[in-house]
Amino acid sequence: MPAETPIAQLNMAIEPAAADETPAAVKAKGIGVIGWVAAVWLILVVVVAILAPVLPIDDPEAPGAGRALPLFTEGHVLGTDSSQRDVLSRLVWGARASLTVSVGAVAMGMVFGGTLGLVSGYRRGRIDTILSSLFDVMLAFPQLVLALSLVAFLKPTAPQAGAGEVVEAAGGLTTIQILILALGIIAIPLLARITRATSLTWSQREFVTAARAQGAKDLRIMIREVLPNALPAMFSIALLSVGIAIIGEGALSVLGMGVEPPAPSWGNMIAENRSVSRAPLNALFCPVIALFLTVMALNYLGDAIRARFDVRESSL
Amino acid sequence: MSTAIDARPAEGLPVDGEPLLVVDDLSTTFATPRGPVRAVEHVDLSLPRGRTLGIVGESGSGKSVLSRSIMGLMPSYASRTGSVRFEGVEMLGADHSTLRKVWGAEMSMIFQDPMTALNPVKKIGNQITESIKEHLDYSSAQRRDTAIALLRSVGIPEPERRLNQYPHELSGGMRQRVVIAIALACGPALLFADEPTTALDVTVQAQILDLIADQQEEREMAVILVTHDLGVVATRADEIAVMYGGRIVEQAPTATLFREMRHPYTEALLRSIPRLDLPSHTRLEAISGRPPDLLHPPAGCRFAARCPYAQDRCRTEEPPLVAEPGGRADHLYRCWYPVGIAREQTTLDTIAEEAHVREPGDEQAVDLELVDDDAVEGNVD
Repeated sequence: MPAETPIAQLNMAIEPAAADETPAAVKAKGIGVIGWVAAVWLILVVVVAILAPVLPIDDPEAPGAGRALPLFTEGHVLGTDSSQRDVLSRLVWGARASLTVSVGAVAMGMVFGGTLGLVSGYRRGRIDTILSSLFDVMLAFPQLVLALSLVAFLKPTAPQAGAGEVVEAAGGLTTIQILILALGIIAIPLLARITRATSLTWSQREFVTAARAQGAKDLRIMIREVLPNALPAMFSIALLSVGIAIIGEGALSVLGMGVEPPAPSWGNMIAENRSVSRAPLNALFCPVIALFLTVMALNYLGDAIRARFDVRESSL
Repeated sequence: MSTAIDARPAEGLPVDGEPLLVVDDLSTTFATPRGPVRAVEHVDLSLPRGRTLGIVGESGSGKSVLSRSIMGLMPSYASRTGSVRFEGVEMLGADHSTLRKVWGAEMSMIFQDPMTALNPVKKIGNQITESIKEHLDYSSAQRRDTAIALLRSVGIPEPERRLNQYPHELSGGMRQRVVIAIALACGPALLFADEPTTALDVTVQAQILDLIADQQEEREMAVILVTHDLGVVATRADEIAVMYGGRIVEQAPTATLFREMRHPYTEALLRSIPRLDLPSHTRLEAISGRPPDLLHPPAGCRFAARCPYAQDRCRTEEPPLVAEPGGRADHLYRCWYPVGIAREQTTLDTIAEEAHVREPGDEQAVDLELVDDDAVEGNVD
């Protein structure tokens, strides 16, 4: 693309921070090579997770495929685990569980944390003081401990003895819903803080005063003027938080508080297979690698998106 | 013209012949952690429809606070006393919903910096139609037509295309035109222009000021033009109020103010305008010192500390804002020893004459002399 070279150089000069990440010529067009690789991986994971019921794969919970088969076995590309279950199928279904939990939790954090943060940052004054202290108190708890106690608190006590039973709590919450709730409560202060900080700065811009001077209501100013400007930062943090929530679910699973076996999630696949010390280690490493790649992809995509939006702002 | 103007409810309605805007003894105080800051004190103004009032002063003189106090766009830690009557209605104690109906529809404001006065993530068209949506019962097609008409009237080419553009796609002057279009959207009776040209190129400044003047004439708006630039108000304002330290120190019709200024601060402001007719490298006259600390305002005249003519009385007793006995009733000033009465007349004309007396050969000497003068002054300080 020789025709673009001067523009590309110009861009490189203007935004060196973004330019050292990816070639500037590509950068000028969108989210960069790494951003696209990350996006493709994430789309793949999401599509596979959504299509899990219709994909031609084995039942993830049914044993009988042969014990601890290595990679690339006929019929089981990723082998099987020590309980004779197909790893690929468990990985796909595990992605479904992990993504549901993490995206659900972050969505909950976005909605509640975002709203509280927006109000807090826009209103300032006493409301801000109260809400900010609330976020600080919530952040002061060690997050894993808080998540553990929330799950323990929300989980019905009785069916814990009967392993493998589909959990139907008194409140009608499934394990997935409990995990979403627990991790969502942890995500709320994180997202609230970011939203508050960004809306605080945007609320002091002159266009907000201008909107007031045009007779706009507070609610309208918050939603129409401040929120669209705070969204890039919120989304960027939300993407990172999805990664954190996937790991969080994994950590809870390792501690026995995550998705109930035999239903797979990436976390409890790692938990189940962490004691395997002999080859083949595919049952342990497949979910680890999938989790690693997904969290990395989320991080890079978050960065790329933020960099992209920064360009738009710096051109102002 | 755009339909927005015709739709304005009930033209004018001057109550008992009262001017559009009457400000009576308005004071604004900011509560700060270090104590109350009296940013604006005892301001009286009145402004009939179609006229322009210039508010002039340096940074921190309270001119922007004054315009926002009149409008009521104040942060929560500010308190106002006195009275602001707009179209005969008291605005000072008015509740928020009443104010919201007036803001944008009846009085609106052009902001200083078009870079920050527009929302970067919203299209121009939406930003213009926003307040129309708020105040007038228009269909979306009518709103769009109004927005196009507005953009055309503020001199933006291809308005249809601009509607779908974002602020960063426009130049600074264009953006300020958009800001003006937004302010004019609902056909206000009173327009505040808070340093509307400060952030713009000199070449664009005049265009923007002309634009405001044209729109004012067309819509019979009253305009309050806030600026630190006497050159801006000289040809645009009918009346000028000079502010210093939160107070109006001199107020007069424009011609009178420039011809017979009475307050030393006004004089100093005029002297500090760079003059093309002076020889090059002439030292620019500045007002030495800084504006008073409004946390602890001085006891006497606010300007006494920087005033070359200050005497003991100035430092202890604050002069009232009064008209000269036997002089013009509309020329008010706040000085015990007004310029041009206590001493020989010093006006813009005489400054200009002095300048022309200088011979081309004197330039070098003049420069040296000025530099020397300055050095001596520095020593005294």
